[in-house]
Amino acid sequence: MNLSQYQLRSMYRTMVSIRTFEETVKQAFAKGHIPGFVHLYVGEEAIATGVCSALRPSDTITSTHRGHGHCIAKGCDMNSMMAEIYGKATGLCKGKGGSMHIADVGKGMLGANGIVGGGPPLACGAGLTSQVTGSGDVCACFFGDGACEQGTFHESANLAAIWNLPVIFVAENNGYAQSTPASYHCAIENIAERAASYGIPGAVVDGSDVFAVHEAAVEAVKRARAGQGPSLLECKTYRHHGHFEGDQQTYRMISTRAYPRARIPSGISGPWSPSTAGSPRRSWMPSTGRPGRPLKKHWPTPNPVPCPRWKRSPATSTSVTRS
Amino acid sequence: MAVATAARTITIAEALNESIRLEMRADPKIVIMGEDIAGGAQVEHLEDDEAWGGVMGVTKGLVHEFGRERVLDTPISEAAFIGAAVGAAATGLRPIAELMFCGFLGSCLDSLLNQGSKLRYMFGGKATVPVTIRTMIGGGFRAAAQHAQTLYPMFANIPGLKVVAPSNAADAKGLLTASIRDDDPVIFCEHITMYTLKGEVPGGEHIVPIGKAAVARPGSDVTLLGVSLTAVHALNAAETLAKEGIDAEVIDLRTVSPLDEETILESVKKTGRLVIVDEANPLCGLASHIAGVVASRGFHWLRAPVGMVTAPHSPVPFSPVLEDAYLPNPQKVVSAVKETCSKAS
Ligand SMILES: Cc1ncc(C[n+]2csc(CCOP(=O)(O)OP(=O)(O)O)c2C)c(N)n1
Ligand SMILES: [Mg+2]
Repeated sequence: MNLSQYQLRSMYRTMVSIRTFEETVKQAFAKGHIPGFVHLYVGEEAIATGVCSALRPSDTITSTHRGHGHCIAKGCDMNSMMAEIYGKATGLCKGKGGSMHIADVGKGMLGANGIVGGGPPLACGAGLTSQVTGSGDVCACFFGDGACEQGTFHESANLAAIWNLPVIFVAENNGYAQSTPASYHCAIENIAERAASYGIPGAVVDGSDVFAVHEAAVEAVKRARAGQGPSLLECKTYRHHGHFEGDQQTYRMISTRAYPRARIPSGISGPWSPSTAGSPRRSWMPSTGRPGRPLKKHWPTPNPVPCPRWKRSPATSTSVTRS
Repeated sequence: MAVATAARTITIAEALNESIRLEMRADPKIVIMGEDIAGGAQVEHLEDDEAWGGVMGVTKGLVHEFGRERVLDTPISEAAFIGAAVGAAATGLRPIAELMFCGFLGSCLDSLLNQGSKLRYMFGGKATVPVTIRTMIGGGFRAAAQHAQTLYPMFANIPGLKVVAPSNAADAKGLLTASIRDDDPVIFCEHITMYTLKGEVPGGEHIVPIGKAAVARPGSDVTLLGVSLTAVHALNAAETLAKEGIDAEVIDLRTVSPLDEETILESVKKTGRLVIVDEANPLCGLASHIAGVVASRGFHWLRAPVGMVTAPHSPVPFSPVLEDAYLPNPQKVVSAVKETCSKAS
């Protein structure tokens, strides 16, 4: 992967900005300064950063209730974001939306979304606009593991596939939908495996590795821009805080609760330099096959990072465990 | 857990919990389902304990008593599980499903619009659909446009659904029990800001019939009509008005569909004035419908135009300043009543 010093610095800045922004929101919320619900992106910075750094400014993204990180990575102004979260007239949405609905259409940020599964159909729409106008823009659609169980996701993935839309579906699998473990709400371990059923490429990457995410995103974007249709990128990640601020998190086992604190996305803490940037990996995109319909044999071989930290425990057993 | 047999003061959340608990004890065909209604499904140390007991804690302790076979956490798949609740109801269970926020109606509308509400009719009465959908309505929580809606008029617009919305703890218990026992789909609306509101609740079995409004405060000068939180606003406004010499009668609608037209008309006949308080959007809404009923069936009793205090026809704003301006409140009711009382004979 060839990233310039400028790109590396900018990715680092984005991740640190997200972390700092979120910790600031957390403190302000604890003091009672912020109205409503707040869902923090702490721990998942590498995903928004890795994906959005593969986009150009005119590309679009759709987001979720946990949207602050996506906004920052897409270039939204942080002061206006914070003003929005406080409900001020000077906010990005004039105080009408708040944390769950921050948007900046001019920046290609099509809105955080209070409806789980609200984003994928909108992303198809953005992809269609690009296709019809010939703008060459792509849309990155962020959604959680919980959202993968919404019909809107399945329908959108299929629609994008049959229309060959320039959409990158980015599943942020943080292992939980509220207090419900992904191992309960999802019958398979890897959401990306569903790509096969839509006839699109799918891959699993380590969502705490910004380079792995970036590299996979670059490929998916290239493919979408070239008119070869959508892809599904699953990023395994972990949210450090509760589902929302105030969540007691009794559903997290002691061991896993202690774990994420030590697991900071690369680039945020610890020794980090451009030289630790990930080494080039094999493409996860099929090299043959009909555009948008890779042959079945391409799944799941082109799978760069199987994310060894995540294991599904044997049948009927509990939640996600880590080795 | 023991359930009291005598009346005592508890919250609306506790009253709802008590109703579900008693009904589940009595009827093994009742299952409950929803996102995180227990929470922590398949988490080892939470096997028969919940992580959340619902986002608002209404279903706390139920998994402990009834187990995860009857207290089902669901994926975020409203179309599937609300639809499954309807299907289970049509085939012999008596499910209670939680649609966390009523705005999520968007994600499961077909199950209610085209299936649950219509099966009994379309099948010539050969199926019943005894399902209860508990859902949250209302603003005031700074939850913004998608999570602060008041959609009972939308539900009520669908024939085949019953729609209830209690304003106090006793009615919450009694109406929920009636809803669970009802053989038709009932949409049970709970106001997001009212779960901690306390009131005296009868112990043991307590039923409040669906379709019957309550005269919450008798009066002679003007009728104030509200439902859910707006019934509380109406009562508060009536207290203020009493100090100013206006004796208001307050009707707590309790059920939106079927509508208790008789209780409303009887009151209007007595007072000659009506102010309707409704948190829902006004166009084709509850307030305008009731005004229509009174205009067509009780016009000759009216001494002034019907007053309406509703939300504006706009999405709910996030900013606390804007949301406060958006929502009905007792002050707005008092002003509307004064205007109504200053008009005509
Ligand atoms: C249609 C809909 N159903 C339910 C909810 C309530 N809800 C908000 S966030 C959430 C969990 C989402 O989980 P996931 O998609 O994994 O995202 P994460 O919170 O983990 O980032 C739920 C159930 C909602 N907002 N919208
Ligand atoms: Mg999740």
